[in-house]
Amino acid sequence: MYKYDTYDQAIVDARVAEFADQVRRRLAGEITEDQFKPLRLMNGLYLQLHAYMLRVAIPYGTLDSRQMRMLAHIARKYDRDYGHFTTRQNIQYNWIKLDDAPAILADLATVEMHAIQTSGNCIRNISSDQYAGAAADEIADPRPWAELLRQWSTFHPEFSYLPRKFKIAVIAADEDRAAMRLHDIGIQLVERDGKLGAAFYVGGGMGRTPMVAPLIKDYVPIEDFLSYSEACLRVYNRHGRRDNIYKARIKILIHELGAQEYARQVEEEFAHVKTLGIDPPAAELERISAFFAPPAFEAGLSDEIDRTDPDFAVWLDQNVKAHKQPGYAIVNISLKKTGEIPGDASSAQIDVMADIAEAYSFDELRVTHAQNIVLPHVAKRDLYTVWQKLVDADLAAPNLDLISDIIACPGLDYCSLANARSIPIAQKIAQRFADLDRQRDLGELKLKISGCINACGHHHAGHIGILGVDRKGTENYQLSLGGSGAEDTSLGKITGPGFDEDGVVDAVERVTDKYLELREGGERFLDTYRRVGFDPFKEAIYG
Amino acid sequence: MKLLTGNDLASGAVTWWTGNGWSIHVEDAIDVDEHGDAVLAVEEAARRVNAPYIIDAVGTAEGPRPAHIKDRIRALGPTVRPDLTLKPADPNAGDWVI
Amino acid sequence: MGELRFRDDEALEQPAVTLDAFLDQSNATAVRLEPDEDARLLIPHLERLALVEVAFPKFRDGRGYSSARILREAGYKGELRAQGDVLVDQLLYMRRCGFDSFAPEKPLDAAVVESTLSRFDNVYQGAADAAVPVWKLRHG
Repeated sequence: MYKYDTYDQAIVDARVAEFADQVRRRLAGEITEDQFKPLRLMNGLYLQLHAYMLRVAIPYGTLDSRQMRMLAHIARKYDRDYGHFTTRQNIQYNWIKLDDAPAILADLATVEMHAIQTSGNCIRNISSDQYAGAAADEIADPRPWAELLRQWSTFHPEFSYLPRKFKIAVIAADEDRAAMRLHDIGIQLVERDGKLGAAFYVGGGMGRTPMVAPLIKDYVPIEDFLSYSEACLRVYNRHGRRDNIYKARIKILIHELGAQEYARQVEEEFAHVKTLGIDPPAAELERISAFFAPPAFEAGLSDEIDRTDPDFAVWLDQNVKAHKQPGYAIVNISLKKTGEIPGDASSAQIDVMADIAEAYSFDELRVTHAQNIVLPHVAKRDLYTVWQKLVDADLAAPNLDLISDIIACPGLDYCSLANARSIPIAQKIAQRFADLDRQRDLGELKLKISGCINACGHHHAGHIGILGVDRKGTENYQLSLGGSGAEDTSLGKITGPGFDEDGVVDAVERVTDKYLELREGGERFLDTYRRVGFDPFKEAIYG
Repeated sequence: MKLLTGNDLASGAVTWWTGNGWSIHVEDAIDVDEHGDAVLAVEEAARRVNAPYIIDAVGTAEGPRPAHIKDRIRALGPTVRPDLTLKPADPNAGDWVI
Repeated sequence: MGELRFRDDEALEQPAVTLDAFLDQSNATAVRLEPDEDARLLIPHLERLALVEVAFPKFRDGRGYSSARILREAGYKGELRAQGDVLVDQLLYMRRCGFDSFAPEKPLDAAVVESTLSRFDNVYQGAADAAVPVWKLRHG
């Protein structure tokens, strides 16, 4: 993975000093909260329900054991002993003090970490495929380009006061494991005539008006990749709406202009931007790519796995995925143990994951947008040992992509933007479906819960989605069906009137019962829904 | 009744106006009646509170109970982590929120 | 400090006219650009411009940053001034986008201006200033 050189380190260190000074000036009253707010947001610091919340960046979800241990350290020293992994591959701490923030950022900088631009109306963390470098279906590891984008977007002087936040994802396979088309810019690395390039999808997003990003340009030569991105952003900065916070994302601009007109404006700007010489030379990409070279895999390792232990076999079948290198596997660590809080991990658990990664995964981990963790390169001969260590740390829930592998935002328990609590709903649903056999029978069922319209739980992309709303001062939950964040991207359809907390759990069960009744062959829930349509489910829910 | 609430600037802790200062315990909050805006302005300008606002609450035997669940969660702590709330030893504390 | 200026030449005494007025008049040398106005309309007239003042009615409205870069990219060498809700914490990005003078509504603290502008030795990306992006330093 990428390692800072002296330039990268100097930039982060300067940022630490800058924010320390901004905090000092805020505490001394030299700047107002209104003036300070964008500055602290651009350092990932929110004022939330209980305290400040700090969102630490995990660039394209990749980190090593040293960094993981620092995250555990931050949790212990400055927070309340746990962290929350997010739907943008970052980590959040909920109990932060403003006057500790400079020290936290200084600590993070010692291991090449930061909280730069994890909030604010700027370009956010670049996300990517959690199986990058390990999956057989990618045409290249997308992360060097994610790193190029990270550097280009960091402290970009023109794009730090955008109309609204800006989220970019980069993938390199046809299977979309990063919900690419639900980003402001989604990039898929593609090949044409043997040459690498990028397909740009622009204008996706969730929130109040979810949209799937249309294809704006099917092939940008890879050497023009940053110029084209710059052009996309400049058109947005100049013409994105600033009159209404709910209409300020780029998806609204593209919707209002039309994809074709937006593409035309970008093309015009791109022709101009290309003359500015902002694209780094091939040598820079080579330098970065070298950090993402495959680890020193052992050749000739066996693909045999002893499945005698039935619990191990269950976990193996559910959480472990094929690796492109013979003898190796991709391990998914679910942070969704039934009854626990989705995406949360204690500092002790974070340390365990660090240790396992260091010993068994070439010192690398990934954070997924489903709030889980990946060990990308585990030798099959080590899987049983890894599993045992995960069991000891309560990290072995064998439920990847099953109904209890719920994505849930922090919701009203933590978030000042929320209208309803989301975590208790997730817990109740997981409890209702606690029987693992029942879950495995239901199969792949991606359930996502958001506590408000901002959709941080990605509920629009849930096979089953739940949105918490405030109905006359009471929490109410809307159900939606048929969303997908994969390459078959679709937005969920609201079923009808909402439910209370217990009602929505019952409604979910009626939906799954209906699915079992109607499914054919090996259909997933999503496939059955798409085949039979909305009405049978609506009737099952409401009678 | 009306309560004045906000967060402590340096620590971020949820605070409640007691009449002559700020407390993290909603039980100490007073009814600011019509004076809330004036107090808010003074306290915010002096940086003794950050992001203050006024809420409705109902007086009860246990003290003021904010009208909206969001402020009750702010007053106590997350419903899903009783151990992290202001009343970790009280098994019924969550009922007060919900 | 009130006005802040990073140019060697004399400040222009002429008032900045609106964009519409400028495009109508043949003798104005200073123009004021509002956030929603198109900086490219000035490109045919750059040689007669000594001052472009870009309005920042609210610091969060970042359109002026693009306006500034567009003008510099088109070869504008005159004074490029940020006026309005201009705060010290945005100065560095404004300088990088090509602004060389500042007319903040509220005075800036000189010491904070100094530390702000000297804090970052390195930049990641090319912009309208002379700063050499790190990738160029890495590869020459």
